[in-house]
Amino acid sequence: MASTIRVRATSSGETTEVQALIQHPMDSGYVKDAKGDLIPPHFIQQLTFEHDGKNVFLADWGPAVSKDPYVKFSFKGGKKGDDLKISWVDNKGASDTTTAKIQ
Amino acid sequence: MRSAIHFASAALALAALSFGAMPFAVAADTPDPAADAKAFQKFFTEKFPKVKLDDFVNGPYSMNEDMHRQWEEKEQFPPYDFSLDLGKEMFAKPFKNGKSYADCFPNQGIGIRQNYPTFDEKEGKVVTLELALNRCREANGEAPFSYVKDEMAALTAYMAFTSRGKPFDIKIPNDPRALEAYENGKRYFYTRRGQLNFSCASCHVQNPGERIRAEVLAPALGILNAMPIYRSEWGGMGTISRRFTTCNSQIRGVPLEPQSDEYRDLEYYLSYVSNGLPVSGPGARP
Repeated sequence: MASTIRVRATSSGETTEVQALIQHPMDSGYVKDAKGDLIPPHFIQQLTFEHDGKNVFLADWGPAVSKDPYVKFSFKGGKKGDDLKISWVDNKGASDTTTAKIQ
Repeated sequence: MRSAIHFASAALALAALSFGAMPFAVAADTPDPAADAKAFQKFFTEKFPKVKLDDFVNGPYSMNEDMHRQWEEKEQFPPYDFSLDLGKEMFAKPFKNGKSYADCFPNQGIGIRQNYPTFDEKEGKVVTLELALNRCREANGEAPFSYVKDEMAALTAYMAFTSRGKPFDIKIPNDPRALEAYENGKRYFYTRRGQLNFSCASCHVQNPGERIRAEVLAPALGILNAMPIYRSEWGGMGTISRRFTTCNSQIRGVPLEPQSDEYRDLEYYLSYVSNGLPVSGPGARP
């Protein structure tokens, strides 16, 4: 299966701008399905962006984040061709990881 | 045929002259889709002189500068991306009998979105892309998909994507049933219904660009060129069928069955009057 993570990271010399889109249901646990049963909570708990062995972005997420979340941020440093490692872990223990090259 | 219309309009003009008004009027009950489309597009371009004709396919984003900026950023990472990939995968995957979607469509189904809906002269009815896809599945022994979301949206998203930029080219063949379908669709579009007593036109002709609660209403011109759409409000993808049925329930009417004759005729009318505008689907909407 294709990765659940889409990333684009571009370096402008001093800073690197990162955009990411993650495919995840992000069920809050408060929504009912068509039969009236609660849809159990299923959401990303931690999202990390790692560059050169260091976390440049770490998010502790909860049920309030929307489905298929989008993240944009920038950090100091990062050169063209560097690796940026992105991973998430959800409350059911599932996870996904991908590595992108900074452009 | 044409001379008959001229004769009729000349007769009417003579009648009108006695009232001293509108010597060029054509009888109001003579259907003339080409003139309708021209008038329809003229209405919108005059109402929004700053918006380029091709830009109407971007719906509310063509109406509001601030939203337009947000949208440009969003388009770098469009939320329909996952659906588009799924659609591409599904489209390429053969059915159990070895055939595939490509075998059901002209040009293997690539770059043909702008020709739908078409009028099927054998059946005597309008055939939409969604309907054609499910018929293709059934003809190959597969169960049809729900018309309103997920798989159907993914497939139509991919087919629209391969047709991006191509101008809508809906044809009305020389068949009285085709003209009748067009007229039925037009009537449906302008008829008020539901507890709120709104027609499609109340929102999408009279009030595009205005807010309905927090949303900016899309102009009817080009509205189908962007389908299917990822709507943040829905938290997912939706097809033309989903748009029609939810519009009907939002005005507190009882929606029809997806792909019922009325909706097919409506799609026919609404697509025809947007002829010439490019396919922009799949789209993203707030």
